Amino acid sequence: MAINTEYLKAQRNEPWREELRKSTKNKERADIPRVKMPELNAEYRSKNYEEVNLGLSLDQALLEAKRCLDCPDPQCMTGCPVEINIPKFIKNIERNEILEAAKTLKETSALPAVCGRVCPQEKQCESKCIHLKMKKEAVAIGYLERFASDYERESGSISVPELAKSNGIKIAVVGSGPAGLSFAGDMAKYGYDVTVFEALHEIGGVLKYGIPEFRLPNDIVDVEIDILQKMGVKFITNCIVGKTISYEDLQEEGFKAIFVASGAGLPNFMNIPGENLSGVLSSNEYLTRVNLMSANKEESDTPVFFGKNVAVVGGGNTAMDSVRTARRLGAEKAMIVYRRSEEEMPARLEEVKHAKEEGVIFMNLNNPIEYIGDDKGRVKQMVVQKMELGEPDASGRRKPVEILGATETIDVDMVVVAIGVSPNPLIPSAFEGLNVSKWGTIIVNQDTLQTDLPDVFAGGDIVRGGATVILAMGDGRKAAAAMHKALTEK
Amino acid sequence: MNKIVKKEVLSQNVVKLEVEAPLIAKSRKAGHFVIVKLGKYGERIPLTIAGADTNKGTIDLVIQNVGKSSKKICELNEGDFITDLVGPLGKATHIENFGTVVCACGGVGTAPMLPIIEAMKKAGNKVITVQAARTKELIILEDEIKKYSDEVVIMTDDGSYGNKGLVTNGIEDVINREKVDLCVTIGPAVMMKFVSLLTQKYNIPTVASLNTIMVDGTGMCGACRVTVGGKTKFVCVDGPEFDAHQVDFDEMMMRLNSYKDFE
Repeated sequence: MAINTEYLKAQRNEPWREELRKSTKNKERADIPRVKMPELNAEYRSKNYEEVNLGLSLDQALLEAKRCLDCPDPQCMTGCPVEINIPKFIKNIERNEILEAAKTLKETSALPAVCGRVCPQEKQCESKCIHLKMKKEAVAIGYLERFASDYERESGSISVPELAKSNGIKIAVVGSGPAGLSFAGDMAKYGYDVTVFEALHEIGGVLKYGIPEFRLPNDIVDVEIDILQKMGVKFITNCIVGKTISYEDLQEEGFKAIFVASGAGLPNFMNIPGENLSGVLSSNEYLTRVNLMSANKEESDTPVFFGKNVAVVGGGNTAMDSVRTARRLGAEKAMIVYRRSEEEMPARLEEVKHAKEEGVIFMNLNNPIEYIGDDKGRVKQMVVQKMELGEPDASGRRKPVEILGATETIDVDMVVVAIGVSPNPLIPSAFEGLNVSKWGTIIVNQDTLQTDLPDVFAGGDIVRGGATVILAMGDGRKAAAAMHKALTEK
Repeated sequence: MNKIVKKEVLSQNVVKLEVEAPLIAKSRKAGHFVIVKLGKYGERIPLTIAGADTNKGTIDLVIQNVGKSSKKICELNEGDFITDLVGPLGKATHIENFGTVVCACGGVGTAPMLPIIEAMKKAGNKVITVQAARTKELIILEDEIKKYSDEVVIMTDDGSYGNKGLVTNGIEDVINREKVDLCVTIGPAVMMKFVSLLTQKYNIPTVASLNTIMVDGTGMCGACRVTVGGKTKFVCVDGPEFDAHQVDFDEMMMRLNSYKDFE
């Protein structure tokens, strides 16, 4: 999907944008310091589930928006997988047309309030900001995105994107996570009759079961799902495509094309001794019990472990989410056990910072090699191998190497394994003729996301094998555009 | 929302619910299970499918009142709704003409055994069902079992009905009498463990249907993992049926108790 430069230029040349640019000198704009996101006090928040980041005030947002230079060739957009018209939305904030800014976001993103909270902006849009070239801090694009969508929601006048005239063509979506939702939004805009099938009892996929409410409240996700419903998208929960209904059933029911966005469900384990002891669980199990099933609440029937000494294995966002959850559920000692150093951690900087502030202990350069249980089969200790960093490996990160003979045994009463997920095999095994890679991911045409079955497209983690919300959303948009083209050309 | 069209009390602690679920009724096979959840704050728990009626679009669920969540389900009545019901889950039972098949079941394990007995019989097998319970009142679904079994052996611990003894005594009698080509076992973990030890002694291939803790039931959470042949397997997607002689039943029993202190 190439960015339409003509369109961008025309928008940039609108009188109000020109006027705004002239109103303040670039030097002046660049000298404004980057805004700081207000957040809850660490001691207070580590005991509850309230959202940590509080969002910008209107004044903060207006000032931050002023920092953006409205570049003629905005590089930030090239860093955004869904190609949000970043300068246009930011300039709308600067001129205090916040609702217009929110509308701009929705032109390309089905979930702006979600992206504003969970996107790794420092690695995407913000990493391309012109300010960085001038040795200044990047414009806080993510914070502004969140501000505009929160402002719109709180204003009570939420806009529903314009839709093309209905063409009556039925499209099925498998999975209601970020890829499926983003795809559904775009297809509804094109005028299709879209039905999303979800295996769980709630819509939202990983946004609901995987990301804790202190980072992304479920209500925020629901508001964005509501908009999709207003756009005519239908949702069917408790329905597993490939089990409850088959690929052939969908075809018989007149679905002309299917987008598979079933995600990477299967949790990875390390296959080390004692890993199946009670008290050792996957981050998926732990987070699902708490986020989706409310196991932390009194009224919930779903139980959860309340560990006092909790080790979380891994260094990604999910590991941070798990360890911070453990803290909130009363862990006195909540540890990250990661085999590389902090520098190599894949987690967002902000999540690492938040975890540290909340008292999480970081045991870097440690790799679990065994779990030891008590007489009831519950984990009571873990043995970790001390590591050091060697030469960079294929990932470009320095490779962790064992320090021979250096191990340590630490007391734990719960372990959460957060070392990644593999694609869920359910769909590939149920769709005859669908080709998968040796890793279990569905093979697609990289440009169109079309699979070897002409009416089946796929995107998100079932194709990528474990990535971010925003990349999944980008896939949704790309697949929608390609499917629309394929169906129109037929 | 799935409506309960019929409720039957099978024994003191066991009820059978006939639930509207037309899509599942159509696609389910012997060995499949469903996940149910009651109310906004309900727990997701796996239940095996005891039968289905494709004309009525219903499935049969048999539930034993053992904990907080199963108690709530047992208390439902005709006309009530199950908030969430999803399935069919798991791999279907491998059915073929093996020859003589012993179906060894106990407790509510008898319910999921029903469709297996039927399918095994229809595939041409000689089906001998051994059903066990502590006492007479806990023997369930006897008539239904008889319908497709060539022979039914009932065992009770206290001898109040059928023969006195454990399920393993019943199976061993059959083994001593004739050639058994396959044993299928469903019941409490400890029962399956001893069935497995017995048939291993006689070198009889044995399949056990495992019922472990699950959350999503689609391979996502890994709560249901068991060690089979030294490898970790997920009961929800790799099972629920496994080669019983390869299953680490002790580990499975230990994991089943995982959340006991937290409930």
